[in-house]
Amino acid sequence: MSNQSKTIEALANQEYKYGFVTDIETDSAPRGLNEDIIRLISSKKNEPQFMLDWRLKAYRHWVKMEKSEGEPKWANVKYPPIDYQDIIYYSAPKQKADGPKSLDEVDPKLLETFEKLGISLSEQKRLSGIAVDAVFDSVSVATTFKEKLSELGIIFCAFSEAVENHPDLIKKYLGSVVPYTDNFFATLNSAVFTDGSFCYIPKGVRCPMELSTYFRINQADTGQFERTLIIADEGSYVSYLEGCTAPMRDTNQLHAAVVELIALDNAQIKYSTIQNWYPGDKEGKGGIYNFVTKRGKCVGKNSKISWTQVETGSAITWKYPSCILQGENSIGEFYSVALTNNYQQADTGTKMIHLGKNTRSTIISKGISAGHGQNTYRGLVKILKGATGARNYSQCDSLLLGDKCGAHTFPYLEVNNSTSQVEHEASTSKIGEDQLFYCKQRGISAEDAVNMIVNGFCKTVLRELPMEFAVEAQKLLGVSLEGSVG
Amino acid sequence: MLEIRNLHAKVGNTEILRGIDLTVHAGEVHAVMGPNGSGKSTLAHVLAGRESYEVTAGEVIYEGKDLLKMPPEERAREGVFLAFQYPVEIPGVSTTYFLKAGVNAIRKHRGLEELDAIDFLAMVKEKMKLVEMDQALINRPLNEGFSGGEKKRNEIFQMGVLDPKLAILDETDSGLDIDALKIVANGVNAFRSPARAMLVITHYQRLLNYIIPDYVHVIFDGRIVKSGGKALALELEEKGYDWLKAEVEVAQPTIA
Repeated sequence: MSNQSKTIEALANQEYKYGFVTDIETDSAPRGLNEDIIRLISSKKNEPQFMLDWRLKAYRHWVKMEKSEGEPKWANVKYPPIDYQDIIYYSAPKQKADGPKSLDEVDPKLLETFEKLGISLSEQKRLSGIAVDAVFDSVSVATTFKEKLSELGIIFCAFSEAVENHPDLIKKYLGSVVPYTDNFFATLNSAVFTDGSFCYIPKGVRCPMELSTYFRINQADTGQFERTLIIADEGSYVSYLEGCTAPMRDTNQLHAAVVELIALDNAQIKYSTIQNWYPGDKEGKGGIYNFVTKRGKCVGKNSKISWTQVETGSAITWKYPSCILQGENSIGEFYSVALTNNYQQADTGTKMIHLGKNTRSTIISKGISAGHGQNTYRGLVKILKGATGARNYSQCDSLLLGDKCGAHTFPYLEVNNSTSQVEHEASTSKIGEDQLFYCKQRGISAEDAVNMIVNGFCKTVLRELPMEFAVEAQKLLGVSLEGSVG
Repeated sequence: MLEIRNLHAKVGNTEILRGIDLTVHAGEVHAVMGPNGSGKSTLAHVLAGRESYEVTAGEVIYEGKDLLKMPPEERAREGVFLAFQYPVEIPGVSTTYFLKAGVNAIRKHRGLEELDAIDFLAMVKEKMKLVEMDQALINRPLNEGFSGGEKKRNEIFQMGVLDPKLAILDETDSGLDIDALKIVANGVNAFRSPARAMLVITHYQRLLNYIIPDYVHVIFDGRIVKSGGKALALELEEKGYDWLKAEVEVAQPTIA
């Protein structure tokens, strides 16, 4: 082994920083899935009948799906079959009957957990203007800056709270972008989702702070199924951040979330994710299965939805944040950095569905593979008949560190309108010995050189992130790369 | 400052350096010349610590230390600088950012405080003037889309910023037109100092019209076969390398 690979190998040994477990009393449902469990979840949440009916419809559909083709098999990932009867579908930290009314009533252990993760839920302590909704296992434990936001008419709360207080908005928009029949995991989520965030920005309001949801899986053997719904009414703007971590466990845990975004006329939604679920250990044992459906719909004219994701965690990532560009002149963007190290697998990308006239989309995907990691970009650009003057630009770059990893690109194009323009560029490169030697010759250590080269490679994506997030993402890439190039 | 004794090195199974001896003192400029494939660039890379070359015999003492024992980044931090013949591109990383990382790694190694952005940029501004380096160029990703001349100028600029004790210039003149060559040479001359030694590796004499060496060495077949003053370079220019080959073959018939 050359010196170079030794240094990089040595870097591998950094532990996952967020791997601790919070010892807290929980209220959990028994293992397994059936209609009673769904009724239990629904009643725990005091849901109205329409919600329970929707869940049951989804569940019955899922049962059919499971019996026929089961999980989607087309993704370029490998994992043993999941026993859906061995998962706990509801787990919540025990709390007073009516739930916490203010931050003072939240269990200090929970607050401590989020402090440890660098998420302060105490409003006074927050320096930057970010409102946070913290989700712990199956429930939202606290949402900050609620009052300040409500002065502007912005609703930012736990999903279950929205079901109770804003049932009309839920009825109108839930499942309008990702129907309960959409795909195996989205259907499962529709049946058993436990909480998540809800956000509504009223007409003409520019949300003055970043809204953020922080997801934390704590309990063993639980699945996390959250649902996020963001509606940007006419002429409004919101920037939304999502972060996530989980303890280190040697069994795999399922995370099957659904995110729906709706942008009406002239509205803009910017959705940024830093996904740092536990990736499993160096031998590939344990870790989160991150099977997520994220989709936005540019319903209105001149609307814009922009996805930015930095995916460094999870044992397996299966995720395609997409845009349905329905309104005229609407814009969809997808900026992605996906990093796989050790035995991580990622099959990620996007779908840009052009329906409206003069719709535009941009896809910038940066895949980094190290160790035995397998990284797949899968993207669809579909231009329908009516999408006159539609344009798409896609760029997919892969960077390989070492020779045991893999990068794969599957771009799909379906163009049904001759006035449209579609461009696709792709490249694969390796961090070369030449680059490393050049850096070292200037006094820079191998690990700093790798970080620098990787961050340079991702720059076009990282600069799309809000400032605080960009810094975190850069650090995270560094940590996640430790032990690359074998 | 630098003492090379009986240095042998190979790539794969091919022995390229077959016993180099060379002594360089602070303040001196040595030109190393020789035909293609003679081992000039290999010598530069072995001194900088390139891992693909294997040293099979000999030693290199630099500032009283065993240079060959140090990993490449440590050599750089101890003041060894290599201006590359083919500088690499690093997309997304600006020259400024890259150099700041280098400067601070070196300062840290020497027990100095790291420079903050303001002090660093002030220092960089000074050095830019010496090689007529454009601000726009150093804000661009390192060497990406640079012309041949710009890349070489960037190497000399980096040398100025990193302020090495021993600078090795590996065919810095190759691929340059006369104007670019002058700019690069002027930069090199500006960075000459009694505390700094330079090893200028070149195939052609013309660079030595602008950088006047104290000594000229000719490498042939992995050995230094002739050393002399500036006049030796002119002699080579006039006669080519063939007369030397003949001379060497007479003296050491086993090589051929």
